[in-house]
Amino acid sequence: MALSQNEVLAGLAEIVNDETGIATEAVQLEKSFTDDLDIDSISMMTIVVNAEDKFGVKIPDEEVKNLITVADAVNFITNAQ
Amino acid sequence: MSTKIVVTGIGATTPLGGDARSTWNALLAGESGISTLEQAWVAQYEIPVTFAGQAKVPAAEILTPQEVKRLDPSSQFALIAAREAWADAGTPAVEPERLAVEFATGIGGVWTLLDAFDTLKERGPRRVLPMTVPMLMPNGPAAAIGMDIAARGGVRTSVSACASSTEAIANALNRLLSGEVDVVVAGGCEAAIHPLPIAAFASMHALSRRNEDPAKASRPYDVNRDGFVMGEGGGAIVLETEAHAKARGAKIYAELVGGAVTSDAYHITAPDPEGSGAARAVVAALKQANAQPEDVAHINAHATSTPVGDIAEYTALKRVFGDHLGNIAVSATKASTGHLLGGAGAIESIFTILALHERTAPPTINLDEQDPEIPLDVVTSPRKLPDGPILAISTSFGFGGHNAVIAFRSYQG
Repeated sequence: MALSQNEVLAGLAEIVNDETGIATEAVQLEKSFTDDLDIDSISMMTIVVNAEDKFGVKIPDEEVKNLITVADAVNFITNAQ
Repeated sequence: MSTKIVVTGIGATTPLGGDARSTWNALLAGESGISTLEQAWVAQYEIPVTFAGQAKVPAAEILTPQEVKRLDPSSQFALIAAREAWADAGTPAVEPERLAVEFATGIGGVWTLLDAFDTLKERGPRRVLPMTVPMLMPNGPAAAIGMDIAARGGVRTSVSACASSTEAIANALNRLLSGEVDVVVAGGCEAAIHPLPIAAFASMHALSRRNEDPAKASRPYDVNRDGFVMGEGGGAIVLETEAHAKARGAKIYAELVGGAVTSDAYHITAPDPEGSGAARAVVAALKQANAQPEDVAHINAHATSTPVGDIAEYTALKRVFGDHLGNIAVSATKASTGHLLGGAGAIESIFTILALHERTAPPTINLDEQDPEIPLDVVTSPRKLPDGPILAISTSFGFGGHNAVIAFRSYQG
């Protein structure tokens, strides 16, 4: 049973919080990972790998550069399920 | 008037305590930081040595979860010790370009390296975390400190096994004397209580096997010593020019007056039984201090509790000090802390500094029957050191034939 967008967002926020300490409430759909959340590329790769584990999806390396906002990641994961 | 280099801050996390002061108090109280390892891997891998000196306060109780996640345990200890030392020094205002770090480790990020290899084998290369390299590199602890205090005058790591952090402090002295920098955070750390290093040290019969009585296992100079005991943690000191310290009204613990390194080129692990390399290091440190052997009132000895090493060090000291050696109060604090490898010289430098500052030599526990071949005046309960200007030295020796010695003088304001 695939997760809803909101469920993916909540799960992703937990991963971001775990890696960076950013509050889960701050991880909102319109936020940019780099510009708004100040997440560097190393943290981003860790978040991607942990998201793959958590949601059972594959996020190819070439796709990661397209994940600019939290919404981009949530949509990718929701569709990939 | 030559430049004086002074100690203005100390910090540590050790098997005896989570900071420098509680460590020192536990040391003076004759406590042991050595205990049985409760980790599952001890039985799982049938590790022949089942005890060590684990950090009294786990790093995770002090650092943020993100710091714990992004730093190897060795860097975690480094950061805890350095932050304490920096705060103790009064968070000096210093130009970043004139602030340096000299911070050592013997082994580096061994937990990160071996955990990552397990991940690779079990889950494949994609699951190897991108922070793996910066976490495992031996300059990781120094770099973490440098980032934390914004040191832009150079961040370096000495790697010379168990002599590493004493060498780092000697290097710090010379950087300050060169005039390139005003303040240096120096020290070292180690976090190698992991099944592989324990198995490897045990395999070379370097470790005590006193599994049934861990608190008695580290017993330098005792006839029944049977090897060293691994410890973990870190120590840091803040060093600066006296002019810089005085200008900002800093408290001063002691003066760092000498630091020297030599090498044996004798054997990869065994100390030169003649102790000539170690003796040369002591002589060179005293020469830099402009001091005579008779000025030395206290030695914090390397004294790891191995049968061969303790005698070799005695031989070296006897060469330098001759009959005066009998007048020197010698402390072998690894009896309480275990051997912190690349962090050993750092915490022992703090013990040496506090011994001068408080005029008290700390005790050597577990000396039930002193080896007649090592007739040193070993301090077994806290002992008052003489008044007036005195010198104390701390010695460290490492696999590879590394000898490092630093000398401190009591500070007269």
